[in-house]
Amino acid sequence: MMVRRWTRTSKLFTGGTGVVALLLASVPLVFSPDIVQKTTTLLILVLLAAMWNALAGYGGLLSVGQQAFIGLGAYGTVFFAGFGMPPYIAMVVALVVAGSLSIPISLFALRLRAAQFAIGMWVIAEVASIAVRLDQDLGAGTGISLSQLYQYDPNYRQAYTFWLALAFTAVFLAALFFLLRSPLGASLQAIRDDEDAARSLGVRVTARKRLLFVLAGFGCAAAGVLIVANTLFIEPSSVFSVQWSAYMIFMVLVGGLGTFEGPILGAILLFAIQTTFTQGGPWYLVGLGATAALFALLLPRGLWGTIEERLGLRLLPVGYQVVEKK
Amino acid sequence: MSVANAILQGIFLGAFYAVLACGLSLMFGVMRIINLAHGDVAVLGAYLVLVIVQGTGLSPLLAFVIALPAMIALGYVLQLTVLQRALKAGILTPLLATFGLSIVIQNLLLLKFSPDVHSLGASAGALTTESWNLFGSITISALGLVVLAVAGVVFTALHLFLSRTRPGWRMRATAEDPDAAELIGIDSRHVYARATAIAVAIAGLGGLFLAIRSVFDPVSGPTQLIFAFEAVVIGGMGSLWGTLLGGLALGVAQTLGAQLNPEYAALSGHLLFLAVLILRFGGVRLVRFGARA
Repeated sequence: MMVRRWTRTSKLFTGGTGVVALLLASVPLVFSPDIVQKTTTLLILVLLAAMWNALAGYGGLLSVGQQAFIGLGAYGTVFFAGFGMPPYIAMVVALVVAGSLSIPISLFALRLRAAQFAIGMWVIAEVASIAVRLDQDLGAGTGISLSQLYQYDPNYRQAYTFWLALAFTAVFLAALFFLLRSPLGASLQAIRDDEDAARSLGVRVTARKRLLFVLAGFGCAAAGVLIVANTLFIEPSSVFSVQWSAYMIFMVLVGGLGTFEGPILGAILLFAIQTTFTQGGPWYLVGLGATAALFALLLPRGLWGTIEERLGLRLLPVGYQVVEKK
Repeated sequence: MSVANAILQGIFLGAFYAVLACGLSLMFGVMRIINLAHGDVAVLGAYLVLVIVQGTGLSPLLAFVIALPAMIALGYVLQLTVLQRALKAGILTPLLATFGLSIVIQNLLLLKFSPDVHSLGASAGALTTESWNLFGSITISALGLVVLAVAGVVFTALHLFLSRTRPGWRMRATAEDPDAAELIGIDSRHVYARATAIAVAIAGLGGLFLAIRSVFDPVSGPTQLIFAFEAVVIGGMGSLWGTLLGGLALGVAQTLGAQLNPEYAALSGHLLFLAVLILRFGGVRLVRFGARA
C-alpha cells in the first residue's frame, strides 16, 4: 500500500488550470464587451460558490448571511471612491475593510451552532442592509452608482473589471487550494468528516473554523466589489438580498458540498441556467429551490462528489489516496 | 406617556411574534431542527385564508377555522416527505432542505397570486377598527387584545397538552431521547409528524394575524421567519414559555426603537437579538476570573 496525492489526470488537470487561466485572461482581447461582462459574472459565481463551500463544506458552517460581506464590499467601494480615491484602488481598500470585519464578527458568530449561526449571520446581513438604507450619502434605499468608473472608456472598463475578477477568483481559489493541501488542510478535512472526533485528536476546531470564516468573508467581499464594478449600480435590496445565499447553496449543493471542484461545476451550471432562462421569473426560482432541496436530501455529495466516488477521479488534488503498490 | 403607549403596543405586537414563533419553538424543542420555511408556511396560511374569504365572504377568523385542517395536513406531509428524511442526514440537511423549500413556496405563491400586496384588515371589520383611549395617549385596540388573548390561549393549551396528555408525554419523551422512547414503544415518526402538524397550524394562525394587522405578499415569509427565530432565541431556545416572553421582548424593542425613528423598528429588534446571543455565548472574554480548570 502507498499513499499518493497526484495521479496522472490530476497532474494534467492542475497544469491545465494554468492554461485555462491564461486563455481566460485573453477573453477581453478577443470577445465583445457583452461576453466579457457575462464571463465576469461567471467568475463572480465561481468565487462565491468556492467561498460558501469553504464555510459549509469544510467548516460545517451553514451561513445564510454571506450577503453581508457582498453588500459591504460593494458599498465600501462606492464609499471609498466617494472620497476621491481612484475607483480600482477603492475596490482593493473596500475588499480589505469589508473582509476584515469578518474577524470581529467571527469572535461571537463561531460560538453559535447550526441554525443559530445560519440565522445569526442573516440578521447581521439585515443590520448591515438597514445601516446602508439609513445613510443618505450612500443613496439610502434607492441605490447608488459607481459613477467614478464612467471616466473610463466602456471597453477598457469592462476589460479591467474582468481582469480584476480573474485575479480575485484565482487568488482566492489558490488560497483555498493550498490551505486544503497544507497540514492545516488535513485538520480541516477532519473537521468536515467528524468534528467531535477531530477535536478529540487535538485539532483546534474553532481556530480552524475562524480561518475559513475569515477567508470566506474576504472572498465574499471581493465578490461584492466585483458586482458593483460589473453592474455599476447597486441597491441595498438586491446586493444584501438573501437570494445570494440561495444561489450559493444551489451551486455548492448541486456541484458537490465539501469537494474542491464541485462548486466550480455548480457555478458553471447556474450560469448556464441563468443565461438560458434570461427572463428569470418565478418558475426558474422554483426549480432552483426544489433542486437544492432534492440534492440536500437525495444526493448530498452533489454531482462532483458522486462522480468522484464512482470513478475515483481527482482533478485538483487536495486530499490523499491510498492505492495498491505495484 | 408615549413611552408607556409604545410599550403597550409593543406587547400587542410581541404577542403576534410569539404566535408566529410558537411552532418554530415547538419543532426545535421536539426535533432539534429549525424550519427555515416557517415564515413562508405562515404566509401560505395567510393566502389560504385570503382565498377562502374571497370565495365565501366569510370573516377571516371563520375562514381560518376552515383552513385549519388543510394546514394540519400540510404539516403531516411536510414531515413525512421532507423533514423525516432530512433529520436522519445530519444537522445541516434540515436547514438546507427547508431553505430550498422556502424558495419554492415563495415563488409558487408569486406565480399564483402575483407580487401584489394583500391585507385582510378590511374584511375583519370591527376587529381592526375598534379601539379605546385611556388617559388620552394610551390606545388599546381590539385587535391587539384579541391577539394577546389568543397568544395566551395557544401557549397555555400547548403547555397543558405537553404536561397533561398522553400524546404530550410521548412528545416530551421523544424530545428527551428518541431512541429510549422507541424502546418503550413510542413511534418517533408519528410524534414528529404530530409536532410538525401542530407547528404548521399555529404558523397559519400567525399568518392570519399578519394578514389582519398589516399587509403581506409572496415574499413576506423570510422577514416573519427572522422575527420568529429572534423571539425563540431571545426567550431561550427549547423553552416554550421563554418564546412567549421572547416575542413580547422583541415587540417592545421594536416599538421603542420606532419611537426614536420609525426606521429603527426592525433594527432595534435585531440588535436585541444579537445582544442576547453575545451575552449568552460569551463573545470575547475580556476579563478572566482566575484560571479555569
